[in-house]
Amino acid sequence: MERDDLIVNDSYALNAHHSEEEGVAIRKKIYLVTVILSVITAIEVGMGVMFKRSETYTWAAIKWTFIILTLLKAGYIVMSFMHLGDERKNLRNAVIIPYFVFILYLIFIAITEGLAHYGMDLMFH
Amino acid sequence: MSGEAKSAISKEVLWGGGRSPFSVSYGKMMMWYFLVSDALTFGGLLIAYAFWRASSVDPWPIGEQAFRALPGLEGEYPLAYVALMTFILIVSSVTMVLAVEAGHRNDRSGVLKWMGLTVIGGIFFLSSQAWEWSHFIHGGGGCFNLAKEVTISTPDGDALTLSAGERVYMDHHFGHLMEMHLQDPLTVPLSEDGGHVVLTELGDHPHEAHLHSLRINKYIEDETELEGDAMMALWNARSENFSFGAPIPGLGADWGGINHSEYATQQGYSNFFFFITGFHGFHVFSGVIINLVVFLMVLNRVMERRKHYEMVEKVGLYWHFVDLVWVFVFTFFYLI
Repeated sequence: MERDDLIVNDSYALNAHHSEEEGVAIRKKIYLVTVILSVITAIEVGMGVMFKRSETYTWAAIKWTFIILTLLKAGYIVMSFMHLGDERKNLRNAVIIPYFVFILYLIFIAITEGLAHYGMDLMFH
Repeated sequence: MSGEAKSAISKEVLWGGGRSPFSVSYGKMMMWYFLVSDALTFGGLLIAYAFWRASSVDPWPIGEQAFRALPGLEGEYPLAYVALMTFILIVSSVTMVLAVEAGHRNDRSGVLKWMGLTVIGGIFFLSSQAWEWSHFIHGGGGCFNLAKEVTISTPDGDALTLSAGERVYMDHHFGHLMEMHLQDPLTVPLSEDGGHVVLTELGDHPHEAHLHSLRINKYIEDETELEGDAMMALWNARSENFSFGAPIPGLGADWGGINHSEYATQQGYSNFFFFITGFHGFHVFSGVIINLVVFLMVLNRVMERRKHYEMVEKVGLYWHFVDLVWVFVFTFFYLI
């Protein structure tokens, strides 16, 4: 098979080049995302140290805050650092949609079945 | 990023054959597909952990309390070290993306500089994880039950009466405990040294452990730390149920007949913890190796002959993925 990393004509890799001026703008964006990711991590750690686990609605809210912050971080990493946001939309969808279809189903079925034992003692005693 | 991915191409041309409809090279597309499958593996593992946790009726260890040591320091710093590890991995992701950017400008020295820093960050993370694992396995504590009723005064000035059978947790510092083969713990000579209890055992496995504090731990959320006289009073009232193991996060807490602590009943936490962080650590390890290989390729001017640095971009994708996984591991093992 021909090695695609050696093809010079019609090579998509070569077209990803950018100039020095564009590089300055791209680096600025990278540093901005770095600051965002660090701030989110700092918030997470601060919340983790401050709040203790309990059976309250506050804890449920904190838990969801953790999950949302994590997804936000993941979004920045994938879209900015991995350049998925800069790729063609069809590639973006081919990566993200199948993943979320599987994972959301798995989460749903695992949590549902995991919690299925609650109330069983009432049902069968 | 500029390039073909951003240029407007009609659907007929894009899907007409003879070119990638994604406007990426074969190698990069396959890296993405590999990462999707790898992400499904990690997703499956984390969801298995969620299932285990949801189906458990026993108390669950508190993630943010799972690791509270810092190298060279005594005392407790919950989350601090793990936060540092997270930050190191994020920073190494940043240096990687800067290497990719330098590659797009054909800046060879820039690629070398940033990739070198990425490799160093990866090695730093791996070492941190090794230290954390070692800490977990050797234990940061232990516990015993009280043989008789004891009345002590807490740091707040309250008088507290503990009945026989109540559990007391010990904190000793990692490194002082050289061996954990305490066959007959009650033969351990005991001496008091400046408010600290020093345990020494001579024999086949000479070792020494400094107890810094004891904690009364009816409920792990509501703990009281004791030092000095109160600590000695509790220590002297200990029963034969003595565990020098690590109740956190579960390894070895069965020693000394204590098998009903929160961490001991949850082998699930430590099983999943070691499997998933180990699997992630293996990814970091292979990422460091692959980064090193590409670093050497750049050093040997292979990319200059190819006239592009796409290989840096491909290993960059893998490296960012490793960071991405850690973001989730951090949340689900240490925060929630």
